[in-house]
Amino acid sequence: MLTKLTLTEARAGLAARKFSARDLAKAHLDAIDRLNPKLNAYITVVPEQDVLTAADAADARYAAGTARPMEGLPVGVKDLFCTKGIKTTAASKILANFIPPYESTVTARLLDAGSLFVGKTNLDEFAMGSANITSAYGAVLNPWQRKGDEATALVPGGSSGGSAAAVAAGLALAATGTDTGGSIRQPAAFCGIVGLKPTYGRCSRWGTIAYASSLDQAGPMTRTVADAGLMLEAMAGFDEKDSTCSNRPVPAFAQAVGKSIKGLRVGIPAEYRAPGLSPEISAMWEQGIAWLRDAGCEIVDVSLPHTKYGLATYYIIAPAECSSNLARYDGIRFGERKDAATLDGIYEATRAAGFGEEVRSRILMGTYVLSAGYYDAYYLKAQKVRTLIKRDFVEAFEKVDVLLTPTAPSAAFAQGENMADPVQMYLNDIFTVPASMAGVPALSVPVGLDSKGLPLGLQIIGRHFDEETVLSVGGALEAAAGFAHTPTLHAEAGA
Amino acid sequence: MSLDLATTRRIAKLARIGLADAELETVRQKLDGILGWFNQLSEVDVEGVPPMVGTEMEALRQRDDVVTDGNCQAAVLSNAPEKSGPFYAVPKVVE
Repeated sequence: MLTKLTLTEARAGLAARKFSARDLAKAHLDAIDRLNPKLNAYITVVPEQDVLTAADAADARYAAGTARPMEGLPVGVKDLFCTKGIKTTAASKILANFIPPYESTVTARLLDAGSLFVGKTNLDEFAMGSANITSAYGAVLNPWQRKGDEATALVPGGSSGGSAAAVAAGLALAATGTDTGGSIRQPAAFCGIVGLKPTYGRCSRWGTIAYASSLDQAGPMTRTVADAGLMLEAMAGFDEKDSTCSNRPVPAFAQAVGKSIKGLRVGIPAEYRAPGLSPEISAMWEQGIAWLRDAGCEIVDVSLPHTKYGLATYYIIAPAECSSNLARYDGIRFGERKDAATLDGIYEATRAAGFGEEVRSRILMGTYVLSAGYYDAYYLKAQKVRTLIKRDFVEAFEKVDVLLTPTAPSAAFAQGENMADPVQMYLNDIFTVPASMAGVPALSVPVGLDSKGLPLGLQIIGRHFDEETVLSVGGALEAAAGFAHTPTLHAEAGA
Repeated sequence: MSLDLATTRRIAKLARIGLADAELETVRQKLDGILGWFNQLSEVDVEGVPPMVGTEMEALRQRDDVVTDGNCQAAVLSNAPEKSGPFYAVPKVVE
C-alpha cells in the first residue's frame, strides 16, 4: 500500500506513526529494485544505506515533533537538477561522470523541506524530446499498456519521462520535472499523473542544467493536484542566484485546492480545436467543459490567433538558446573529453562523440538561426511572433480566469512511432508550447482512459503568477473525473 | 532558401561539432526539412512588434558589488578531465 499513497496521505501516516519513514523508504527502494530494470525510469538510484540513514533522521524528527512539510517523503529527481555528490548526467554521454560539487536551488529547497531523494530520473538527453527515446542511458518504458496489445512498448512522453513513469508505477511518491515546451505536462498526461509547469520565474533555475533559459521552468509531478500544490510550495521562491527568479511571496498553494470555483470564467480557445484532433480527445475535452460548467463556471469562447505559429517559433527560439547554453560542454572543465592534437580538435571530437543525434541537430539548428545573415529572418522574427503569442494570452485573460484545453494531441504512442520525421515528433507539443512561450502557468490533470485503456489529460492554463486559480480549477476537475486507475506495471500489481 | 552542404559544414564548424563528410548530407537534409517548416512564419505580420526577450515579468535587479562565493578551487576542478596543479590542462595553443 505504501507505494500508492499521495504525498498528503504519506505525510499524515508518518505523523500519526502508522508507518515509519524507514518502512516507506524501503518499500520504494524495493519497488525500484523490482521494476526499474524494466521501466528504466531511474538513471541513478541513491545507495540504500544513504536513503535509510536519511529516513531514520526523518523518523527522529517525527518523534521529536519537528517534522518539516516533506519530511521523509520519497521523491525522484529529474537527472537535470545538480545534486551535490550524486552523479548528474542530463541523460547525456557528455556528462557520464559528472558529480556536481553543489546543489541546485530547487533540490536544496526540497531537502530543506525534509524530502528523501531516492534517485535521479531518466529524461530525454538535455531535456530535448517528447518521448524519452533520446536518453544516452536507454528509453523509458511507459508503465501503461494498450488493452489487448500488451506487447507493444509505449513511450512515457518527454522530456520528464522517467519522473512520470516513476510516479505512475509507484517508484516514488512524487518527482521533480522541468518544462521547456511541455516536458512536465505531456509526460504527466501520457502516464496518468498530475504535472504542473509554474509561471516562468516561480522556481529558481540555478543549478538546473540549462536547455532554453527563457523557457525552462521546474515543477512538481505528483498523483494529485493537492500534492502538486504542496510540492510547489517547497520548490518555489526567490533566489538571488537566478536573475529571472521572482521575488513575489510564495502562496500556500495546497490550500487553493478544494476552493469553490463557482463563477469563474473558463476560456475555450477556438484554435485548439485543431483539424485532425482525435475524436476521443475531443470528447474528453467536452466532458471537461461539462464538469466545469456543472461546478458553476461560466464557459466562454476565446481566440488565441497566433497559436498555430507556436511550434515553429518554439523550434527556433529553444534551439537558439540551446546552442548558446550547450557551448559550455567542450571537454575542458567537466564531462568526457575526446583527445585530439589541437584545442579546436578536442572541442569538435568531444562534442561529436558526447552529444546524441537530436541534441546535435538542435545545436546546429540554433547555430544556424543565430548566424550572420539568418539572425533577422529566423531568430528575431521568432522573438517578435513570441510577443504576439504572449499578447494573445494577456488579452484572453482580460475576459477569462483560466483556459481549458487538451494536454496532448494523442495518448501515449509506441516506441518507433513518430520517429521518421522530426516535425511529426514536434507536433506532440502543439497544445503545451504556447503557454511556455507566454510564460504562464499550466497544469495537466488525468481525467480518463481512452478506448485502449490509456490515460488522457486536460490542461488548465492560468494568468502569470496565478497558480492558485489553476490549482483550484484543477482540483475541481480532478474531483469530477475521479481518476483512480493505475498502470499495468505497478509496484503493487500482482506480479 | 534551401540549405547547401557548404553552409552545413560552416554551421558545424561554428558549433564545434565534428561531422564526418559522410554525415553531412544526412544532417543537411534533416535541417533543411525543419527550415522549410519555419517558412510558415513569413505569413505573420510583425510590423512594429517588439521582440520578446525572456518573459518580461521581472525587471532585472542589481545586487551589492561584494564577493559572495569563492575559495572552492578543489570543487571547481573536481570534474576536470585533465588538470595540471591548480589549472585546467589543454594542448599547447601558442606555437
